[in-house]
Amino acid sequence: MMPDLGKYAGTVLSAYGASIILIVGLVWLSVRAAKKSKKALDKLEQNDG
Amino acid sequence: MASIWQYANPAKFMRLSDTLLPWVSLAAALCLVGGLIWGFFFTPDDFRQGSTVKIIYLHVPAALMAINIWFMMLVASLAWFIRRQHISALAAKAAAPIGAVMTVIALLTGAIWGEPMWGTWWVWDPRLTSFLILFLFYLGYIALWEAIENPETASDLTAILCLVGSVFAVLSRYAVNFWNQGLHQGASVMRAGAIAGDTEERVSNVFAAPLFMCIAGFGLLFVALILMRTSTEIRKRRAAALMARERMS
Repeated sequence: MMPDLGKYAGTVLSAYGASIILIVGLVWLSVRAAKKSKKALDKLEQNDG
Repeated sequence: MASIWQYANPAKFMRLSDTLLPWVSLAAALCLVGGLIWGFFFTPDDFRQGSTVKIIYLHVPAALMAINIWFMMLVASLAWFIRRQHISALAAKAAAPIGAVMTVIALLTGAIWGEPMWGTWWVWDPRLTSFLILFLFYLGYIALWEAIENPETASDLTAILCLVGSVFAVLSRYAVNFWNQGLHQGASVMRAGAIAGDTEERVSNVFAAPLFMCIAGFGLLFVALILMRTSTEIRKRRAAALMARERMS
């Protein structure tokens, strides 16, 4: 299944690894901030009546 | 036809965002995962670059997004100046970290790709240098938002910074056309599948098809993230207003 990347295996895999970590990190931080802000606003609006 | 400006109303924008977000996220995941799997597993090696050609599926979409996100921020900043609608400024603020990450991916994958192909991780080539400056502008833009407490002042000053930084976004895009020097190759992706008889070197269709799928995936990912992050900024602004009202009372 894994393609033969030859002598550039380290190069290609490090590029994919670094990029995937950055993209997943960005998505995770965005989702976490969205949930946190929603929770905080819901709480404030409840208090506000 | 309803005006686009109706979505500058935060409540309407949030409703639109809630409706679109699941579908855009799904489309982004399908295009991105599909494009990367296609490119990584099912395309051949390049006769000159070997398997390093597979880096194109990350490097090119990230670089395109890095430049185009800055242009989106420019449009939003101009909209803020002209119409003074807070959602424009918040959308620009929400886009900046996405653009910064895309610039890092473009620089990082470029360096990793450059080492075996050019024999160096970095060179002060016009395109590479203008990209590095664009990244510094992204960092400066994010820092300026964090440094200023008053939202109106922050929106004004960051919009001015965005206008200035646009010069480097243009340079990043057209550096290879302005200066016929440096190691970075000229534009070849958008020439993929160009008209017959065109002798300029361009990306082969074998690589171009999954590449365009990845570009669509990165674009859709940006749309999903900007909807989510702008909604987050709207909620934060509303929460700050409620807290200020609580303190006053």
